[in-house]
Amino acid sequence: MTDAPMVGSMPTSAPSRGGATVFDVHDVSVHYGDFRAVRDVSMQVKQHQITAFIGPSGCGKSTMLRCFNRMNDLIDTARVEGDISYHGVDLYDPAVNPVEVRRRIGMVFQKPNPFPKSIYDNVAYGPKVAGAKGNLDDVVEQALQGAALWDEVKDRLKESGMSLSGGQQQRLCIARAIATDPEVLLMDEPCSALDPIATGRIEDLMVEIKERYTIIIVTHNMQQAARVSDRTAFFTTEVSEESDRRTGLLVEFSDTDKIFTNPADERTENYVTGRFG
Amino acid sequence: MSDLTTPAAYTLEDFRGSRKRMRTEHLVRAVLFLAALLSIVISVLIVASLVGEAWTFVSQVEAASLWSDGWFPRRGIYDIKTLLTGTLIVTVIAMAVAMPLGLGAAIYLSEYAPAGVRKLLKPVLEILAGIPSVVLGFFALTFLSPVIVQRLSSEATQFNIAAAGIGVGILTIPLVASISEDAMRSVPAALREASYGLGARKITTTIRVVIPAAVSGLVAAFIVAVSRAIGETMVVFIAAGATGGSLFSTDPFKPGQTMTAAIASQAAGTDQVRGAGLTFQSLFFVALLLFAITLVLNVLAGRFVQRVRQAY
Repeated sequence: MTDAPMVGSMPTSAPSRGGATVFDVHDVSVHYGDFRAVRDVSMQVKQHQITAFIGPSGCGKSTMLRCFNRMNDLIDTARVEGDISYHGVDLYDPAVNPVEVRRRIGMVFQKPNPFPKSIYDNVAYGPKVAGAKGNLDDVVEQALQGAALWDEVKDRLKESGMSLSGGQQQRLCIARAIATDPEVLLMDEPCSALDPIATGRIEDLMVEIKERYTIIIVTHNMQQAARVSDRTAFFTTEVSEESDRRTGLLVEFSDTDKIFTNPADERTENYVTGRFG
Repeated sequence: MSDLTTPAAYTLEDFRGSRKRMRTEHLVRAVLFLAALLSIVISVLIVASLVGEAWTFVSQVEAASLWSDGWFPRRGIYDIKTLLTGTLIVTVIAMAVAMPLGLGAAIYLSEYAPAGVRKLLKPVLEILAGIPSVVLGFFALTFLSPVIVQRLSSEATQFNIAAAGIGVGILTIPLVASISEDAMRSVPAALREASYGLGARKITTTIRVVIPAAVSGLVAAFIVAVSRAIGETMVVFIAAGATGGSLFSTDPFKPGQTMTAAIASQAAGTDQVRGAGLTFQSLFFVALLLFAITLVLNVLAGRFVQRVRQAY
């Protein structure tokens, strides 16, 4: 892992299908205290596509994902350098309120984390904190339908969200995220705690809803990335010379087909063919 | 066992182990068991001593003297409601002070304070918990009473229930803060992240997610604090003007008696409790009542704490 290519100058996007650029990421590095978790990431994320982040553990893909809705702000020591713009607006401009960012950019987490509230209240939470007044029945129903959960829970909306199975809980979390009508969904290994059947349902769901949202998914599962995503970013780690700690970096970002069949970088090839990681 | 090669066959002797060590083991076990047993025996003896004298009181007292207009045990007037009311008023005032301040401190420490500030503040809170209640009693009498209570009401006397209540409240703030903070910090970070991820602000997340998820622990904090306030003696003894007797009163700006102070003021500084025949026994009756109340509250609080543990 010597002479890493200049990631910043890498051809970040092949002539893109898809729509407008949603995120324009330029030379982003994230530090936790004096530890650099990920360095020099540049990429463009397009509208109505599913972008997958793959790579070995510790390669910074989740850290990178959390930059897009400023979740890293919640960690005292985290510091983001470089530029991330969202439809042309610098997300890290001092004038930007992270709360406003998160209302437009929703997130689904690795472990299903429904609130200890009723199914209905879980889904209604987002709209409520955004100031929605009055009857939210329609919003809740639409979100649950959007997450392919409505038929299973329509008769027990008052029951606790925690009474559902793991796969149902994760779809509830997706319903909760889309109830706020976001433009982007960030998904951080959303299927890692689920069995293959539940995983399949969530993957189908992602492909179904990408017409309406832009999706970025972090996954450990390469088949999943190959199945659902339009474009794939491969991250890896390098051991820093001075501190012996691992820093993540973006190796290659391209159409998913290309990453899995004809990657440009040897490290990508080693990873996707299973020779490494 | 000098033979280091594998023996052809083991005998039972090989597995018997050292007799001496086994004896030590049994001895340690017995000593520890006795220590545990002793604390139970002491508790039982305390209750038994209370019950005996309390029963003498109940069986001999005139029913009419239990419901009159004051607590004057030396004159044979044992109006229990005077003490219960005094205790209740002190407790209500104490909780009105301790709950908002304790909860506020807990919310700040658990949700808002940066790690460095928390490290600094928690020991300070523990210092407050370590102040002897007799010191707080004087603080209540010489500061809270003239500076706060007597400004609130020009009618307030130097010794008054309100100052004692505020003092007891200050005493229970660390208790409320520490139990509530534990409860809130045990709410998984994933729930907060979920809330922030949906565009909720910190205050919204705290009020709508963290506090509901920690509510059993907060109820436990409240109950433990009430129990502590009811059982607190020194502050009320000093600041509420316990004089060994008091008329029935619901005025917090006047002197009053709590159950604890009533006992202490009779029993203080002498090996004899003077007064009419049942004065001595009446104190045990009050003590038994007090014991029953705090026992019920503590069991209740334990249940709620258990519920928090189960949830996460």
